Amino acid sequence: MTRPLLKVEDLRVTFHIRREGDMPWTKPRELHAVGGVNFELMPGETLGIVGESGCGKSTLARAIIQMVPASGKAVWEDGVDLLSLSPHQMLKYRSDIQMVFQDPLASLNPRMTVGQIISEPLVTHHPGLSKDEVKLRVKAMMDKVGLLPNQINRYPHEFSGGQCQRIGIARALIVEPKLLICDEPVSALDVSIQAQVINLLMKLQRELGLAMIFIAHDLSVVKHISDRVMVLYLGRTMEVATSGDLYSSPQHPYTQALLSAVPIPDPAAERAKHMIPLEGDLPSPLRPPSGCVFRTRCPRAEARCAADAPRLNPGDHQVACHFPGPLAETVKAMEEV
Amino acid sequence: MVLSAIDMGALAERLAMDEVKGRSPWTDARIRFMRNKAAVAGMFLLIIVSAFAFFGEMFAVSTYDYIDFSRSGDVLHLGRPSLASGNYFGLDDQGRDLFARTAQGTRISIIVGLVGASISVIVGTLYGAVSGYVGGRTDQIMMRIVDILLAIPFMFVIILLLVMFGRSLSMLFLGIGLLSWLSMARIVRGQTLTLKNREFIQAAQAAGVRGFTIILRHIVPNLLGIVAVYATLLVPEMILTESFISFLGLGVQAPLTSLGDLISQGAKNMRYGTIWQLLFPLAFFMVTMFAFFFVGDGLRDALDPKDR
Repeated sequence: MTRPLLKVEDLRVTFHIRREGDMPWTKPRELHAVGGVNFELMPGETLGIVGESGCGKSTLARAIIQMVPASGKAVWEDGVDLLSLSPHQMLKYRSDIQMVFQDPLASLNPRMTVGQIISEPLVTHHPGLSKDEVKLRVKAMMDKVGLLPNQINRYPHEFSGGQCQRIGIARALIVEPKLLICDEPVSALDVSIQAQVINLLMKLQRELGLAMIFIAHDLSVVKHISDRVMVLYLGRTMEVATSGDLYSSPQHPYTQALLSAVPIPDPAAERAKHMIPLEGDLPSPLRPPSGCVFRTRCPRAEARCAADAPRLNPGDHQVACHFPGPLAETVKAMEEV
Repeated sequence: MVLSAIDMGALAERLAMDEVKGRSPWTDARIRFMRNKAAVAGMFLLIIVSAFAFFGEMFAVSTYDYIDFSRSGDVLHLGRPSLASGNYFGLDDQGRDLFARTAQGTRISIIVGLVGASISVIVGTLYGAVSGYVGGRTDQIMMRIVDILLAIPFMFVIILLLVMFGRSLSMLFLGIGLLSWLSMARIVRGQTLTLKNREFIQAAQAAGVRGFTIILRHIVPNLLGIVAVYATLLVPEMILTESFISFLGLGVQAPLTSLGDLISQGAKNMRYGTIWQLLFPLAFFMVTMFAFFFVGDGLRDALDPKDR
């Protein structure tokens, strides 16, 4: 078995929140945005991360590249824990891990030309390159992501959303990273453009042998692109499985509820399927429920769920639930209530 | 990745295509500015006033400090503005050519305005951007320093400086420069806070760009619009301040003069009937002020089209 490219162990992100009007000596409240996430990522593999808004998807990604302070471990393939590095030591790894952002236009500096934007990581990590060399590489990369290389002197506002996202992808790939973190790269785009960008990402991934962490809340997009999918709820992992497994036989009630909410483009099938409506709101991460964080909205919750938090069971299809089971059982549990 | 020869040929062809020139946000702003008639007129007036200030003395009959003793006794009758004598703006109360003196005074006023504004732009922008970008405790300390300096009565400090260290141009620049950057720093900090969380800043951080480079490359260029607007509005403010100090009699050292000084002299001599001594400097002062305000307004509309 090959070594994993990235091995994340018990990654926690805690924000300290001070309320308006708090005295300087009052203790800030703790917000656990990510509470102990574990996963492994193989070279060339795509891990999809799904969950509701505010469940810690983006925070998890940002923690890996040290943009938010985190505790735990994120071991890179050479055995170095990325989270323990000083900003200066981290610099070496920044070119290996690049990121694509959600809002295509906002992620590009409006005062810089496309050429300057794409070349920025390259110039930062390889200051010795000549100007012609940089320009040639930028143009080749623009061609690769489907932009006309002669548009190198244009400004971001002259491009469409899809083109801007291509610029963002070109900027991420120009330093030849091993891991690409995509933070909802298509949620701001039209559906037809989404498909183009997804296909581009998949094509580039095959050609360059990239590993990807793909964050999204659109489940069908994640299914299409990911090898494995991780479901997050309130900063905790609920279920991890291969994409096929997770979508065909979800074991965690939360995953089942999520999947049942995906609309099916066939009215008959849509009417026939079992919806699992979740009641209530996402609990505040400032005061997470005891035990299993999902228990307040779970149709299968029992006394044990409040007492102790379920761990992920080992294996290929990991579920963090005391009472995992196929969809039919959840539906039955709901009808009994 | 294996590319076929045809692919390579097509790639080479695409790479060799002529580069399209992009239209930068600055170009857009320039086009919008040029459409604004008041602003263009203001800029045109500013150019004329500056040309007069810097080259006007060449066309004067005498230098700004030459005293014509033969006429200084009866300026009211002998020192009227006239094309024949070459004293286009007449003489001042001591018999000096007012045309030369107005040119020289306008020059000092414009220099004071520009120096004050540039200090405020350079120091204020960097200070505010660093404070906003670094954030946290550094931000708190840096902004409290600004608050403390703002609380000191500014005119009082300048007057004290001029009284203690003597009246000189450099002391005037120091006094104005010391305080002009404070409000700029505040404005820039506020803008930086909104910019800081934009995704392109995060992208630069993720790429490993150093903090100071991010400030210079990503934050400052995106602030320049608002800074440019504020700076053009600051220039007349500086000129006003200098004029007020000169009006109190503490400005530049005679025989050097400034617009405020000339206006003050003119106002004093108004009752003797030498009204031109007030009107000419006042006209230049007002034209300069209005021109700067129009240009500033035009810049704001051009650089910030959302606000209209």
